Amino acid sequence: MSPIMQGIITIIVGVGGCVGYFYLSNLVLDKVIFPPKAGDKGRNINRATMVRPWLFLFPAMFALGLYLVYPVIGSFWRSLFNRAGDEFIGFGNYSSMFADSAFQTAFLNNFLWVLVVPAMATFLGLLVAQLTDRLSWGNIAKSLIFMPMAISFVGASLIWRFVYANNPDIGIINAMRDFVGLAPIDVLQIPFWNNFFLMVILIWIQTGFAMVILSAALRGIPEETVEAAIIDGANPFQIFFKIKVPQIMGTIVVVWTTITILVLKVFDIVYAMTGGNFETEILPSYMMDFMFRDDGRATAVAFVIMIIVLPVMIWNIRQARKEMN
Amino acid sequence: MADLKLTDVGKTYGGTVTVLEHINLDITTGELIVFVGPSGCGKSTLLRMIAGLEKITAGVLEIDGEEMNDVPPAQRGIAMVFQSYALYPHMTVRDNMAFALKLAKKSPQEIDEAINRAAKVLQLDEYLDRLPKALSGGQRQRVAIGRSIVRDPKVYLFDEPLSNLDAGLRVATRIEIAQLKESMPNSTMIYVTHDQVEAMTLASRIVVLANKGIAQVGTPLELYETPENEFVAQFIGSPAMNLLAGEIVSTGEMTGVSLPEGKGTIQAKIPSKDSDKGLKVNVGIRPEDMVETDGENYAFQGEVEITEKLGEVTQFYFKPSAPGNDPVIAKLAGIHKGMRGQTMNMTADPAKVHLFSNGQSLLYRD
Repeated sequence: MSPIMQGIITIIVGVGGCVGYFYLSNLVLDKVIFPPKAGDKGRNINRATMVRPWLFLFPAMFALGLYLVYPVIGSFWRSLFNRAGDEFIGFGNYSSMFADSAFQTAFLNNFLWVLVVPAMATFLGLLVAQLTDRLSWGNIAKSLIFMPMAISFVGASLIWRFVYANNPDIGIINAMRDFVGLAPIDVLQIPFWNNFFLMVILIWIQTGFAMVILSAALRGIPEETVEAAIIDGANPFQIFFKIKVPQIMGTIVVVWTTITILVLKVFDIVYAMTGGNFETEILPSYMMDFMFRDDGRATAVAFVIMIIVLPVMIWNIRQARKEMN
Repeated sequence: MADLKLTDVGKTYGGTVTVLEHINLDITTGELIVFVGPSGCGKSTLLRMIAGLEKITAGVLEIDGEEMNDVPPAQRGIAMVFQSYALYPHMTVRDNMAFALKLAKKSPQEIDEAINRAAKVLQLDEYLDRLPKALSGGQRQRVAIGRSIVRDPKVYLFDEPLSNLDAGLRVATRIEIAQLKESMPNSTMIYVTHDQVEAMTLASRIVVLANKGIAQVGTPLELYETPENEFVAQFIGSPAMNLLAGEIVSTGEMTGVSLPEGKGTIQAKIPSKDSDKGLKVNVGIRPEDMVETDGENYAFQGEVEITEKLGEVTQFYFKPSAPGNDPVIAKLAGIHKGMRGQTMNMTADPAKVHLFSNGQSLLYRD
């Protein structure tokens, strides 16, 4: 069977299955379990109404349970076993991991990423959103800045490999060094600073995201408050920092935390650029190093990442909800 | 504190679309000037030009004899109250009022003093540490007014400040603004509204804007009693003044007019020249000036189509003489029942009759 046919059949079976489930389950509820028949008519209708929401919730709860709750618990359980998975070793994976200097490096690097990438991406996004707002070619500029969002992390990494290439004929950094007469270097091999060269890639990708959201937020600011500030004697900087930014603080926090969560998940960039060498390891790529070789250790890393992400996630969701009200 | 003078002021957008032209206006210290006019007549634009939020594309704006065309808004000595209040939502009431003073680098004592003074006048003392979102509409508008008071401006600009308030609050806040004006007799205020009652009750003079220019400037009662043209006549007063086609038949101190929809001649206390005889005019009579008559002469005869009984007055809408014409309206004191379908003869006191030729009042001819 051709893949196209397979796809079509999958869609038909999937959509049909959903429709069938909702239709039939409601039918069974109304006709078989609580039929509104003599005597119990009112009571049965009420009972059916009480049950009905759970019919609709069940598929989602089942899927979330199967693909989210079970893996979390399963992973935690797995992280308490040894490499082969046949011996319970308690928190052994965790204690040996925390003692591992590679893990410590990854942890510190990740901390740097969380500090720098969301801050820079949000700041640049805000800057671009404000600066392009009044320009006639602002929308073109925005489209260009947004474009990296459409590129996969691996694709973006490949592009930046060229930018960083250790060859003045290819890499722009070394071309500039060559221009002033300096010998080419591989920036990805400069310890510590190479982290920042990797972060630039993610900032490049995420600035577009921040810009789009913040641009919409800036446009939502009532024009009168800006005019009132003009009459009050505020200069453009004061209007931006004292009137505009505080009014979109909620959105800034949402953007910031969203990017933070993303940063804690990205491994592709490090994986594609340095493979974690030259002390550029971060937690997700550190986890990848162990995956399929020592699942006990890998799941332990995954669990640490989850615990770090969790508070950011909760904050993010709270802010987003507040924004919606 | 300040005189304000507009000389031949105009506004053109993009070099082609003219919204205002040849605006000449002298405002003296202590006046409360109200700009009224139909939607889109440019009244808010004119206010924003005075504020400096819109560029003046023609003419000169002077405040206290100083040309202000290119002076930034903050240095014009003006303060503005917006329809939407325009409070800074992230600042407390106190910070909202302090913002301009802080930018002007006033000392903390000065700022505190100014805020406390304004808060007392506007009864905002208890709310100083609240955020705007915790205030009612009326309180928010008072904060907005407070924000302008603390700056002690030469000219206050109000852009439809009551339009966002509900009816009851609007009356209360209107009275507050009137009292505020009274407590600051030397302040000059310019107030934009589309609400006639606000204009009539607050203004020392009303400026009616229409057709890119000023239709008439005068005290509220001048505009009501002696409108210069049909536009002002119909714009001021509600329901609008009735205009009936007629022809001048006798001239002199009193002018006699015959109306095809009425009978005989009715008199208007407006002088006319002999040469006016035969002139086609529009006879303007306000609905509230209409009186029923059983005499020989009357201005209008019509069949009552709709009556609106408001208690204190009853409004009669007469069947239009031709479909599509505006109905003639009469507003008679008291309650009148069972008038629908009846034919009534209406006339008016000669002193209350207006005559317009080509849209201009005969009163204002040289």
